[in-house]
Amino acid sequence: MAAKKPAQRKAPAKKTPAKAPAAKAGAPKEELLRFYRDMLLIRRFEEKAGQLYGMGLIAGFCHLYIGQEAVVVGVQAALEDGDQVITGYRDHGHMLACGMTANGVMAELTGRIGGYSRGKGGSMHMFSREKQFFGGHGIVGAQVPIGTGLAFADLYKNNGKVCATYFGDGAANQGQVYESFNMAKLWKLPVIYIIENNQYAMGTSVRRASSETHLHKRGASFGIPGEEVDGMDVLAVRDSAERARKHALSEGPIILEMKTYRYRGHSMSDPAKYRTREEVDEIRARQDPIEMVRKRLFDAKYASEDDLKKIDREIKEIVNESAEFAKESPEPDPAELYTDVLVEERA
Amino acid sequence: MPVEVLMPALSPTMEEGTLAKWLVKEGDAVKSGDVIAEIETDKATMEVEAVEEGVVGKLLVAAGTEGVKVNSPIALLLEEGEDAGALDGAAQKATPPQPSPEGEGEDADARKPATAETSPPPPAGEGRGGGRPASKPASDPEIPAGTDMVPTTVRDALRDAMAEEMRRDETVFVMGEEVAEYQGAYKVTRNLLQEFGPRRVVDTPITEHGFAGLGVGAAFGGLKPVVEFMTFNFAMQAIDHLINSAAKTLYMSGGQMGCPIVFRGPNGAASRVGAQHSQDYSAWYAQVPGLKVIAPWDAADAKGLLKAAIRDPNPVIFLEHELIYGETFDVPAVDDWVLPIGKAKVRREGSDVTITAHSRMVGFALKAAEILAEEGIEAEVIDLRTLRPLDTETIIESVKKTNRIVCAEEGWGRCGIGAEIAAVVTAEAFDYLDAPPARVHQEDVPLPYAANLEALSLPGVDDIVKAAKAVCYRE
Repeated sequence: MAAKKPAQRKAPAKKTPAKAPAAKAGAPKEELLRFYRDMLLIRRFEEKAGQLYGMGLIAGFCHLYIGQEAVVVGVQAALEDGDQVITGYRDHGHMLACGMTANGVMAELTGRIGGYSRGKGGSMHMFSREKQFFGGHGIVGAQVPIGTGLAFADLYKNNGKVCATYFGDGAANQGQVYESFNMAKLWKLPVIYIIENNQYAMGTSVRRASSETHLHKRGASFGIPGEEVDGMDVLAVRDSAERARKHALSEGPIILEMKTYRYRGHSMSDPAKYRTREEVDEIRARQDPIEMVRKRLFDAKYASEDDLKKIDREIKEIVNESAEFAKESPEPDPAELYTDVLVEERA
Repeated sequence: MPVEVLMPALSPTMEEGTLAKWLVKEGDAVKSGDVIAEIETDKATMEVEAVEEGVVGKLLVAAGTEGVKVNSPIALLLEEGEDAGALDGAAQKATPPQPSPEGEGEDADARKPATAETSPPPPAGEGRGGGRPASKPASDPEIPAGTDMVPTTVRDALRDAMAEEMRRDETVFVMGEEVAEYQGAYKVTRNLLQEFGPRRVVDTPITEHGFAGLGVGAAFGGLKPVVEFMTFNFAMQAIDHLINSAAKTLYMSGGQMGCPIVFRGPNGAASRVGAQHSQDYSAWYAQVPGLKVIAPWDAADAKGLLKAAIRDPNPVIFLEHELIYGETFDVPAVDDWVLPIGKAKVRREGSDVTITAHSRMVGFALKAAEILAEEGIEAEVIDLRTLRPLDTETIIESVKKTNRIVCAEEGWGRCGIGAEIAAVVTAEAFDYLDAPPARVHQEDVPLPYAANLEALSLPGVDDIVKAAKAVCYRE
């Protein structure tokens, strides 16, 4: 976490004029503000989702992304238009990072017609072809061969795009992940495997489930390089993803193991007794991805307390509006029960 | 206005809980994520976190209170700039919750969808699930008089279908084990590599789970994969992707994520290969909404239906049969031989008994019909061709004429294709039946290896003859 102590690090020589605040802060002002904003949107959105769950407006499974925001926001900054994104069921953050609207996601969580899947998918099953977000998959690890197939299509079409395929430390033990690694390397598919290692697969810690806990090494027997990344530091994430994208296009698959942490339980009904409150508080106090960017913004004098409060208020408004939308959007018409089972033949 | 903190539901089944402990007191500042209370639910003790920033204005429910209803206010939070005076109005509005009397759960319905009571029952009839066709499928194309009929094996007809579709559409590609350099484990993909090259004819490692999922991803990504399973027995390793990924995603995405993919390969019993390599999966796939399931018998159907399957925007399970790959049938030499999915074919007309069959059993049914004819029983043989959607109209029409039905299939009878047809006929043509529907199927055991036991287990011509006579009350 070298980037955490920018004051002690010698700013590298750059084209930027004297003092080079961008170098010191690790990113230009606009980018850093965008990171702050995007991560805060995810956090406030997820808090609101938790609240609506508590009110009974959201049901079933609901896996919150709080604590892991730097991963998707950093990776997304390195992707280009047309690159695909696919993940498992802890997916609300990915959707927002891809540019899907808070309204559409929240209304899907409440099972309403205004949701991305017209209320028929729910928390784990949302998609946007427009934003190149391919789900949202509820079966642990299933998104990995599918993401590999999206990369297969990229290569087949030779379109210069990559597929960012996310999965967790739990999915990293699934057999289909290794079947995918093998084919991806064999055929040099442009895929970035992003392992979000939040250290717990539901209630089982990585140490209790994985014989090799350094998950970035899991590609070694296929010749796939891997990198361990501080997944709480959005700038470290962005840098690694930029390198990975280049690699994916020229050499094929690469693994980024994002060391991250989820503050909330696995799902809403998880009492989280497998870890201590102190452990959570400690990480929250010392490594929070949003606080880290906030500090960088202040240190570089890019923003004042008031500037950030203004952003906070804007985000709160977006999130509150999404909650209102999600409450007011009607339930799907009963006729929706029978639509979208098959693509209807075009005569 | 102070913000009400409500008693949260911390599990999908929770209706009320005990407010075990407050971890904040009035006047404390909290920010989102701070733990403010502990609640005992029906499952566990859970921590409640603040979701808004503010100052705790009033605790409305005392620690230790049992039976606090979900969604009732438990505290008031003052927002930035508000003083305690704001509490007065709000406190009156927010009536502290009453513990619910024991055994009563009047709020139990609160989480049910609002439309639960007002929803009309699902409309019955065509196109409403059950794998029935939404609209009447087109009939087979007319074969112009004078068209050459070319004797072709089922194997080559399937190959021709793939080759023609690959020539027609650049996004169609074939992948599977041994499909390219080996020329196909059963030679169905013979010469495709030579014509289309390794980009479009892709040898995979022996990893069904992985390449089935990869195929689904490629379909989501705009390609039209034809995924060959060396046999459908091995597709069990991949079935999660066939069903959870391919069949359900369109629905779960509100119609955004079409998955135009064909999974094909030999299905059912081969010869003397034992239980693991000899299963008929017709009924398994035919049960799943979101799939189309095809099981052709002769070469013309194999070709015309595989071409239709490749063009179909939906995931199609295409069940072939190893033991008829080498059989030769006439295929019309027309430019673009495409058959409608969802349409059964009357292979032989008859007035006394209807026999339904698919795949290899069609040949047995036709032979049985000849034997029956010698004994004065005229059987009508219906080749189902497509198992989902099932052409029940053709079956019902036939039963109205013959008043008797025998449903033949190679797989197990329990919950099988014949069971489904018998149910449909009983429900929709009950008054026309002169005998209970009969089923012919494999014995209810894993397929044995020993030649005599294997023969005893599998259904054959004699079984169909016997069943037909039984429903005709002969002998």
